[in-house]
Amino acid sequence: MSLLELHQISKSYGEGPTAVRALAEIDLSVDEGHLVAIMGPSGSGKSTLLTIAGSLEEPTSGEVAIDGASLRAMSRNDKARLRRRTIGYVFQDFNLLPGLTAAENVALPLELDGVSARKAHQAGLAALEQLGLADRAGRYPDQLSGGERQRVAIARSVVGERKVLLADEPSGALDSTNGEAVMRMILDACKRGVAAVVVTHDAHLASWADRVIFLRDGRAVDHVAPDLSDSSLATPRA
Amino acid sequence: MSVRHAILALLSEGPKYGLQLQKEFESSTGEVWPLNIGQVYTTLQRLERDGLVESDEAENEGTQKGFHITDAGSTELSSWLNTPPDMTSPPRDELVIKVLSALRVPGVSVHDVIQVHRRYLIELMQQWTRLKEDEADFDLTFALVVDAELFRLDSVVRWLDTADGRLKRAASEPSVASTGPRLGRRLVVRR
Repeated sequence: MSLLELHQISKSYGEGPTAVRALAEIDLSVDEGHLVAIMGPSGSGKSTLLTIAGSLEEPTSGEVAIDGASLRAMSRNDKARLRRRTIGYVFQDFNLLPGLTAAENVALPLELDGVSARKAHQAGLAALEQLGLADRAGRYPDQLSGGERQRVAIARSVVGERKVLLADEPSGALDSTNGEAVMRMILDACKRGVAAVVVTHDAHLASWADRVIFLRDGRAVDHVAPDLSDSSLATPRA
Repeated sequence: MSVRHAILALLSEGPKYGLQLQKEFESSTGEVWPLNIGQVYTTLQRLERDGLVESDEAENEGTQKGFHITDAGSTELSSWLNTPPDMTSPPRDELVIKVLSALRVPGVSVHDVIQVHRRYLIELMQQWTRLKEDEADFDLTFALVVDAELFRLDSVVRWLDTADGRLKRAASEPSVASTGPRLGRRLVVRR
């Protein structure tokens, strides 16, 4: 089942002759349990695509549907609720609140959604435990390493019943070992049924995805969706 | 790669038979590079000729012959481990030449050519990553070999990305765009 659908999405900034087109006629469908990577150089429209998919920005034309519900018909309140309950965001610079512990950061989206503090805290701890971070629950962001901060950010993005995970260069500030750990966590979330989109210019990250879409000047110019059961590698292990 | 030195490395652990060396070579390289038993024995004969290994006489006819490393072999192995491979001159890389050639062929979009190669490399990286996902956590040598291959492929993707951006900027800036012929001259000079 498709949890995220983008149909003919275009986005322009400004009007008339000075208008800048950021995205043109993008179609994207991400099924439950699937990981899609969007690759492209700076300025190709990757991040704009992600913010539109996450209802943080309106497209100039086209339609976005999340978990079967079209965003066009939704009120601002409904969209805000959708962002709190259904969509998880991961950013390059973590965006953890410095005055809250790891567990409080993870529980925050639930508390904002009206879940009681006790239940939100329990869910936060469970999300941290699931990602091997139980022993970091009481630490503040400045007491965590970069890799741990991003893992806490991923725990926050999947806490509760999130169905869609949107990540913008999630390992951009990390070394390759931590970057790999982050991708494994995103993949684990997919195995639990989450539909994930990762925007990146990093081929290592993209190679974890089921499908890779290449953007150039706001257009999807190519994609890779190999049959991974049919390896062409010249090694007996393949 | 140097099968010769890999065999010396295996013998540095103690005396071994040819068949044992074949199996240990494959497992120590994450089973990524298969090795023919004939190649093992040919290499052992050459190592013995050069005084780097010695064979033990078989106790009975029909039993396997064991090999052990000599002092000269240990010195050679240590020297090889600590000598960086020659990377001073750029290899004549087929992909680089294809992209440079695409610049000169009328009617060909170099960006499209770059994308064809980028797509292929990402597909290969996906296949390697999938192997890592399944097995690498349980097998250190295999993980190291897969990482090496992923970084090698990634470096080519990065070069393609950089070339793509550089060509795009060159097309939009006339002063930079005039580098076409200079690229050609440099190629000729290097040859």
